[in-house]
Amino acid sequence: MSQTSTETRREKFTFSGLGEVYSFTMLQEPPEDFEEQAPYMLALVKLDEGAMILAQITDLDENESLQIGDRVEMVTRKLTTEGEKGMIVYGYKFRKVLTRN
Amino acid sequence: MREVAIVGVGATPVGEHWQSSLRMLGAEAIQAALQSVQLSTVDAMYVGNAYGSTFSSQAQLGALIADYAGLKGIEAYCVESGDASGAAALRTGYMAIASGLIDTAIVLGVEKSTDAIGSNRVKGRSVSLDADYESVHGATLTALAAMIMRRYMHEYQLGLGVFEGFTINAHRNGNVNESAMFRNLIKPGGYARASMISDPVNLFDGAPDADGAAAVILTTPERAADLTDVPVMIVGSAVGTDSLALQDREDLLYFRAADESAYRAYQQAGVTTAEIDLFELHDAYTIFSALTLEATGFAGRGEGWTLANNAGEALGLKGSIPICTFGGLKSRGNPVGATGVYQALEAYLQLTGRAGKNQVPNAKIAAIQNLGGAASTAITHILKVGG
Repeated sequence: MSQTSTETRREKFTFSGLGEVYSFTMLQEPPEDFEEQAPYMLALVKLDEGAMILAQITDLDENESLQIGDRVEMVTRKLTTEGEKGMIVYGYKFRKVLTRN
Repeated sequence: MREVAIVGVGATPVGEHWQSSLRMLGAEAIQAALQSVQLSTVDAMYVGNAYGSTFSSQAQLGALIADYAGLKGIEAYCVESGDASGAAALRTGYMAIASGLIDTAIVLGVEKSTDAIGSNRVKGRSVSLDADYESVHGATLTALAAMIMRRYMHEYQLGLGVFEGFTINAHRNGNVNESAMFRNLIKPGGYARASMISDPVNLFDGAPDADGAAAVILTTPERAADLTDVPVMIVGSAVGTDSLALQDREDLLYFRAADESAYRAYQQAGVTTAEIDLFELHDAYTIFSALTLEATGFAGRGEGWTLANNAGEALGLKGSIPICTFGGLKSRGNPVGATGVYQALEAYLQLTGRAGKNQVPNAKIAAIQNLGGAASTAITHILKVGG
């Protein structure tokens, strides 16, 4: 890459993993490799540092609802398995911030 | 640059064509279009197709369909731009004629969605999303539309019912179009009771994937005079783009690509929204219609939904801005990569006064806009007849 390239210079930045729900949906018709998880909740999460990120919402109890503005935190989970004997794909999901008793 | 005219059209009905393959659908539309102007061949063919590779395990549709349709040897290739592939092919044909390199071309849109079913089709469609940041999480286009719609309802404090006019209008027009996929009328109140696919997007909100092929024939004004009494001129053609991933957008409720492509096309054509007699927009979901009307200057920000008031009266064939005049994606059906060419064909029929029961009175100028993904690609054309 030349010095005059307009490509963005990137630097490492660590997020806190905390944010709030900007929008969400409960997906009923999944793509292949996601059937087992359906229905599942997807959300756009606005991180506290300002960036937006799309991810699944996990660890919701049955009948537990989600609202725009709910506080969520990032967790590492299995996203999918590629095919029957395929590679397991790990990545980030979010869950509601646990309240401490 | 030369001017470009549409002189002939042809299409298959939109629906489930279990008995026909991609090449058969394509050839049927091509033959109908050639017959409409009594031509036996053209110099080139540009094919719009989005999912032939994933649904039908078939690429190289240009050569494949040219051969099958009896046009072996001509210049032919496929243009892909997700669900906007049809309009991308139209733009390619427009540039070929305008440049002077090609004199007469066929633009073909073709798709065979029913080669894939269930979760297999959903996965196939997801190649139009951002693979690394969206599809990997199990996202679908419907889910993206749903998240945009929920945020829109939240920001403007709207209930689900305000969107029903878009669906009622589409089906009212599709009801009298014999080539439409779902011709049933939707009664007021029915929309809000439909089952959820990805809430708040329900069964009566999203357009159905379909099979179909549509073709238009483009040429120069000089050659057009020999072929037809009523050529339709392409007076504007422009493409706009935005990020694929919703998370990379500064404003979730603004269709930047739709705005940029529409305004470039208006400028090129020298028209304002007030002069546009009908608008074939990309109503894959009602929220797409609302945000498109806002981005393209037909409604203020946050007000696109108001045009759907009173069962979509303002959007009807005799309304202030008719949309989905043959049923749109929702009722005519969404033959994905072919949709943009169906839009061109429908606008052509309107401007030449051949739209039958779907006719918009005195239509002289039409806008058509085809979207890829959640408006990551937007391609607008302005068509004009007479003067």
